[in-house]
Amino acid sequence: MNKLIDKSEINKYIKDGDTLLVGGFGLSGTPFTLIDELAILGKKELTVVSNNLGEKDKGLGILLHTGSLKKAMGSYFTSNRDAVSEWSKGNLEIELIPQGTLAERIRCGGAGIAGFYTKTAAGTKLAEGKEEKVFDGETYILERAIKGDVSLVKALKADTLGNLIYDHTGRNFNPVMATAGKIVIAEVDEIVEVGELKPDEITTPHVYVDYLVMNEYEKIGGKYVVPTRSN
Amino acid sequence: MSQQDRIKIAKRISKELPDGASINLGVGIPTLIPDYLGDKKVDLHSENGLLGMGPTPDEENINMDLISASKKPITMDKGACLFDSADSFVMIRGGHIDVAVMGALQIDQYGEIANWAIPGKDILGVGGAMDLVAGAKRIIIASMHQAKDGSPKFVEKLTFPTSGNGRADLLVTEHAVFKFTENGAELVEQLSDLSLEELKDITGAKFTY
Repeated sequence: MNKLIDKSEINKYIKDGDTLLVGGFGLSGTPFTLIDELAILGKKELTVVSNNLGEKDKGLGILLHTGSLKKAMGSYFTSNRDAVSEWSKGNLEIELIPQGTLAERIRCGGAGIAGFYTKTAAGTKLAEGKEEKVFDGETYILERAIKGDVSLVKALKADTLGNLIYDHTGRNFNPVMATAGKIVIAEVDEIVEVGELKPDEITTPHVYVDYLVMNEYEKIGGKYVVPTRSN
Repeated sequence: MSQQDRIKIAKRISKELPDGASINLGVGIPTLIPDYLGDKKVDLHSENGLLGMGPTPDEENINMDLISASKKPITMDKGACLFDSADSFVMIRGGHIDVAVMGALQIDQYGEIANWAIPGKDILGVGGAMDLVAGAKRIIIASMHQAKDGSPKFVEKLTFPTSGNGRADLLVTEHAVFKFTENGAELVEQLSDLSLEELKDITGAKFTY
């Protein structure tokens, strides 16, 4: 089965109000083409779970201009001043989550685990309202799993089955997010035949991946740039 | 704060780092440390998914999918390994990173750290700071002795929001090195011309010597 779809088809899988898990650390490992398509489709009231909201006017940052976002859940939003200003105007809810807790909450979401106790953030403002429990003399807090309606991930290469490999630190949150969405759409630079990826190098097994979309950005000088339209 | 002071702190901390250790360096002064390691070989951990971080690449070898936690292009040392964010924080939270070197907005006399939020300012970023405070085996704080307004950063009690229940093991400023034990802070070494009295005057925390 070939999982490749046209980017416009994501319209069928994403509804207003959905929770989307979107891969990326800064702009590295970001599904730019899928995010552009989300902006074009004009989806509303989305909750986005991602480490950052891209950068100003880049990656997830563009969804701040299309009024697509209700809420952002992640670890670091100060690097995009548009996110800060939308939040201060009351247009965007933000749930701030320590980076490791964010990764583990998503991992649990994909692994069928309801929650976990962690020392991270115990005793801080970010623990307010969370259950505390002492294990072996140390205080832990309960953190709940995060699941998404749809995961949008970015990989370097897929085979037609949907096995994925990543580009260096572009991996970041993508593999855990690929396990935690009801529907998982992977944007890739290249699709190869089954058997061409070495079983040893496959990072995300194909069972997690529902659809593949081709990345339309070009990598020039180590950076993804907006494609030049030929028509 | 002068660059000389920042380098002095970085150099002093590099002496604390054992050969072969896995180390996570935070933003600011800690990023200067790799330049002062000499022949020592350490494994630098970058929380976005790399152990074995190498120096900045030449312009033609930049790949923005090979970046540091500060989102700058980097290279990989021989023996480097790549992993996802969940694994990266298994290393941090699970106590597999030998030393975390980080900055602080404030630190108290028992080594409690405030390094993520300033009261009265928008709190929209935490990154991996709390995970490191909770999980690193040894925490070294690299900090200027005083804030820009001259107020002490090394204080009796935090007035800024805490980063967690983890405690620093060592504090290195441009004036002194302090270590933390159950009994509080102890002056280990002075790094400037200040007399002990002068050092006490610009320090909010109580310390033994």
